[in-house]
Amino acid sequence: MINKSAVEMAEALNKGEITSVELTKAHLNQISEVDGQVHAFLHVDTQGALDQASQVDAKRSAGEKLSALAGVPLALKDVLVQKGIPTTCGSKMLEGWRPPYDSTVVRKLKENGIVILGKTNMDEFAMGSSTENSAYGPTKNPWDLTRIPGGSGGGSSASLASFQAPLAIGTDTGGSIRQPAAVTGTVGVKPTYGGVSRYGLVAFSSSLDQAGPCARTVLDAAYLHEAIAGHDPLDSTSINASVPAVVAAAKNGNIKGMKIGVIKELQGDGYQAGVLKLFNESLDILASLGAEIVEVSCKYFDYALAAYYLIAPSECSSNLARFDAMRYGIRSGQGSAEEVMNATRQIGFGREVKRRIILGTYALSSGYYDAYYGSAQKVRTLISRDFESAFKLADVLVSPTAPTTAFKIGEKSNDPIAMYLNDIATIPTNLAGIGGMSLPSGLAAEDGLPAGFQIMAPAMKDDLMYKVGAALEAKLNTKWQGPILNSAPKLGAK
Amino acid sequence: MSNISRDDVANLAKLARIDLSEDELAGLAKELSVILDAVARVQEVAGEDVPPTSHPLPLVNVFREDVVRPSLTPQEALSGAPEQEEQRFKVPQILGEE
Repeated sequence: MINKSAVEMAEALNKGEITSVELTKAHLNQISEVDGQVHAFLHVDTQGALDQASQVDAKRSAGEKLSALAGVPLALKDVLVQKGIPTTCGSKMLEGWRPPYDSTVVRKLKENGIVILGKTNMDEFAMGSSTENSAYGPTKNPWDLTRIPGGSGGGSSASLASFQAPLAIGTDTGGSIRQPAAVTGTVGVKPTYGGVSRYGLVAFSSSLDQAGPCARTVLDAAYLHEAIAGHDPLDSTSINASVPAVVAAAKNGNIKGMKIGVIKELQGDGYQAGVLKLFNESLDILASLGAEIVEVSCKYFDYALAAYYLIAPSECSSNLARFDAMRYGIRSGQGSAEEVMNATRQIGFGREVKRRIILGTYALSSGYYDAYYGSAQKVRTLISRDFESAFKLADVLVSPTAPTTAFKIGEKSNDPIAMYLNDIATIPTNLAGIGGMSLPSGLAAEDGLPAGFQIMAPAMKDDLMYKVGAALEAKLNTKWQGPILNSAPKLGAK
Repeated sequence: MSNISRDDVANLAKLARIDLSEDELAGLAKELSVILDAVARVQEVAGEDVPPTSHPLPLVNVFREDVVRPSLTPQEALSGAPEQEEQRFKVPQILGEE
């Protein structure tokens, strides 16, 4: 049962073929079998998950009307707070902290009866593309345990790819949902900015951060999307409009006559040949389904990475000021409040977090503000204009999600610029606040590892990505004679 | 070519309230110079005529009614405090001696 999709699990629950407690136990069992190898979880809430599952079972027995995913288990990225459950953000700074409240995402998951198995590993405070920046050690890619599972949400993507959970929650500031999905052969969606509440999401870069669904199928992601999305008065940047009909779109999948724009700037140099080949094969499939493929140019995308690595560190240097050793988290050192703060932040933050705080402090400092942060904000305008022009020519835009397949653990950890290049195709959507989805495009010829196909849609038209994604997924599954994860190596004690 | 010195990093670290070791100061000075060179290219296209974007949504102010709503109890709010006393956060000395 753990190899099924979340929708299939929900059907089995509805038909009474299995209980949520049994389904949850099967996943907890898989976690104890394989997570010693994968290290996707930072905390497994065995008792809490079983309690939640038995409550759903009781409601189902009593004939209560339940939501679509009620009783299906999920893995939660450790950047979203859950009352009473350790939340570390992959940082020593928050070791041992148990939040006194639920994030809105968690509240909605609970209301939908979705069973939270535990908290997944991530790059510290979501800063990274490999999960190597976690203070608690890296997560391994289930396709090849010597490789990275993407980041920052590598724990969530790896948990899906190793069948420890059928659903997961990620957050995406520059690609942290989509790039992990791409390199693990899973599906990840960054909704339109403001589509899912940020209340209780520990902030990295507030104008870019967005929580979203991770799953193994487009339809599963759509159901999870609808469960967590919607306006929230507790997040003043949450959009006060109805949630796009993503489930209906994923079930529809009719793309005849749709215009699909290929972004010229997101291919070519720096992209692995096998990744590009799979991308082009996917385009052929979409064309065969009646879509019209057009080429669009977004000439300012070449500046997106530079703008991002000024804006995100600037916002992070401000946001992470809250870790002051006074109200929660660890405290270290002696002397005045300032001395204690300085000492705690030295041992509490890892190398990449310090690097970004210092960079952001520089970019915001007087004398440099206009040249760096100010210029980056202008580039943000130019990127948004590029998207606006491109969406006049196409309904959705597409690109490879990441330029390469999963690289080796340790390969890029001493070269920040090489690491940042992973996000080159995902960052523009965050800067413009629009939605982006990654789904598997196949296994690259060079290394047999999964690659991702990215679909981007205009703000609050997230349904369009689901429509195109579902259409492509159906054809690819036929070609592969089943989901791509069927080809992943089997893990576990042998 | 950006040239960030060890002392520049030390000053930034002071502003950001992080103690850094000599190794970290030297390492960051080198890395920051490289990163700043890479990101400085935003200046090439940031013309006078381009308005800045600080946020993807065109929101101005979002208000709510000024009404009492449920909130954390003092015990909950203090539950993660490194130290507490008499229902307050206990912190090291903040102001210097007169």
